[in-house]
Amino acid sequence: MPVQSRAERFTSTSVDDFEKVTGFEIEWKLTPITRITALIEGELDGSAPALTFSETPGVTAAWVDRTDARIGSAGAPEERASANAWSSFDKALAIDVTGEEPQEFVVTREATDSAPRAGHTVITAAPFSRGLVILRNSGDAQLTENVEIVVGDQAALTVVTVQEWNDESNHLASHFARVGRDARLRHVVVSLGGGVVRVNPSIHLVETGADASAFGLYFADSGQHLEQRVYIDHVAAQTKSRVKYKGALQGATARSVWVGDVLIGPHATGTDSYEENRNLVLSEGPRADSIPNLEIETGDIMGAGHASSTGRFDDEQLFYLQSRGIPEDEARRLVVRGFLAEIVAQIGSDDLETHLSAAIEAELSEAQGH
Amino acid sequence: MSNLEIRDLHVSVETELGTKQILKGVDLSIGEGETHAIMGPNGSGKSTLAYAIAGHPKYTVESGSVKLDGEEVLTMTVDERARAGLFLAMQYPVEIPGVSVSNFLRTAKTAIDGAAPPIRGWIKDLDSSMSQLRMDKSFRERNVNEGFSGGEKKRNEILQLELLKPKFAVLDETDSGLDVDALKIVSEGVNRAKANTGLGILLITHYNRILKYIQPDFVHVFVAGKVVEQGGPELAVRLENEGYDRFLSNAVVGS
Ligand SMILES: Nc1ncnc2c1ncn2[C@@H]1O[C@H](COP(=O)(O)OP(=O)(O)OP(=O)(O)O)[C@@H](O)[C@H]1O
Ligand SMILES: [Mg+2]
Repeated sequence: MPVQSRAERFTSTSVDDFEKVTGFEIEWKLTPITRITALIEGELDGSAPALTFSETPGVTAAWVDRTDARIGSAGAPEERASANAWSSFDKALAIDVTGEEPQEFVVTREATDSAPRAGHTVITAAPFSRGLVILRNSGDAQLTENVEIVVGDQAALTVVTVQEWNDESNHLASHFARVGRDARLRHVVVSLGGGVVRVNPSIHLVETGADASAFGLYFADSGQHLEQRVYIDHVAAQTKSRVKYKGALQGATARSVWVGDVLIGPHATGTDSYEENRNLVLSEGPRADSIPNLEIETGDIMGAGHASSTGRFDDEQLFYLQSRGIPEDEARRLVVRGFLAEIVAQIGSDDLETHLSAAIEAELSEAQGH
Repeated sequence: MSNLEIRDLHVSVETELGTKQILKGVDLSIGEGETHAIMGPNGSGKSTLAYAIAGHPKYTVESGSVKLDGEEVLTMTVDERARAGLFLAMQYPVEIPGVSVSNFLRTAKTAIDGAAPPIRGWIKDLDSSMSQLRMDKSFRERNVNEGFSGGEKKRNEILQLELLKPKFAVLDETDSGLDVDALKIVSEGVNRAKANTGLGILLITHYNRILKYIQPDFVHVFVAGKVVEQGGPELAVRLENEGYDRFLSNAVVGS
């Protein structure tokens, strides 16, 4: 149990309301803050960056002002880097999903400038709409951003954020989601490239029957710190959540953090919740923190559970594969690929799934020095 | 003619209480197309022998040799042994989450043959082996051994045996956990492999019933880490009736 309930955490959209970060705070103590000081404390460029969008029927995207009514509808920062982004952005990207046929909308950010930036995105899925929104990030960037996600009643939305940054890039993202009545949100975080990459989704199941699945996949090499703090907030009755994050770590200084907070509030009767984090450590040296927290404030729930494991490569699996003639390197690749493929398969975009399978393959050959 | 020669094999395992000697001088010669049954009490070291031949890292070879067609196997890696022509059908096959049967089999076949099998012929072979083993096609897309019943796992082992075409196979209690029908189906698979490729077999079992389907040429009694008696198929019948008492006078199980 956390000392303080997650529900009682201070929130504000103004950076000045937060103290300077020392690194001892609960939300920062596992993060190498000295590598991201500019994003937490510094001045940020809040202008609209160069992004490209796919043309998709049933989805519109536009840059809007800070005063736009959609902004602030899904949540507010809980920490300083997020508030810094909120206080600094000039234009927000507003993505509206209205189509009832499922469509795929891709926002591509191929960043080339390393000045610290603030970003803000609001994704709104209209009631009854269906859609898949993919945020693809690559290149050189120093970015702290907020992504708001509003899923209207009966809508079904998937949001995928993919981080394939260059090694020197740092990226802090807070996602805030509100899921409406009988609506479904599938949220997927894929972090492969970048120096410090921290993506924290907070999903609020605010109406009866709201359903969230939060998936994550990360592959940390030496020098990389990949962090994800997932918060599932069961506010309303009959809400359901599934969280599954899987990570592979390879290299002496590879580092990952997964924190999974689940709060089942006093009115969230009939809640069904399960969260899971699995880490596969492929070499000597990496460190993976895996911290599930479950707070339950009502007695009347369907189920709530968690599982977490951080294990070395399974020698019995390796032996089995090798005993069928498969060389050790290839056997390892086969198992890691299989381990991560479960998450890739959740994305729902053939193109992206194919791309990620290849990207994981590249990580694996790199890890083995090929 | 292929042969597998096991000479004076001593194998130990590290336990919490220190090093434990399990195999204490095993001698066995298996020729091409021969079937040797090994029977022995629980804990006598049968699986250890199987694992030591396959190269499981948990077992330490103290001395002795295992030669396949004159080549020392014990200095090879696990995968090299398999590529040299050895196969182990495991007593407890391992589950491999996230790796489909079809992907696994194709990867293994490619590794063993040194080149990917031509796709048409491969699918045909796979289909026909699976249908002969009465394995539904849906198994191809399932993860290796994940959620398989005991009997399904054993069929999957024999499927691999048929497709990978080794020279010698160690079958570690392939019959345990099989009902009569499955026992017959699995035995037929082993016999097909034998007829097609001249497979030599080391068949570890507790029961005579599988030996009715897979005829042994020799039966070896295995007690306390070595072979203590050899004979023909009639020895298996005698062992089943009499048990191992007459061999156990001065041996304690597991010692
Ligand atoms: N890793 C290990 N640690 C400790 N003891 C072991 C280990 N592996 C094997 N042994 C011991 O070695 C002995 C031989 O085991 P083995 O599995 O080879 O027997 P077996 O003849 O196959 O028995 P069964 O008929 O029950 O399958 C047993 O006493 C077993 O407990
Ligand atoms: Mg055994």
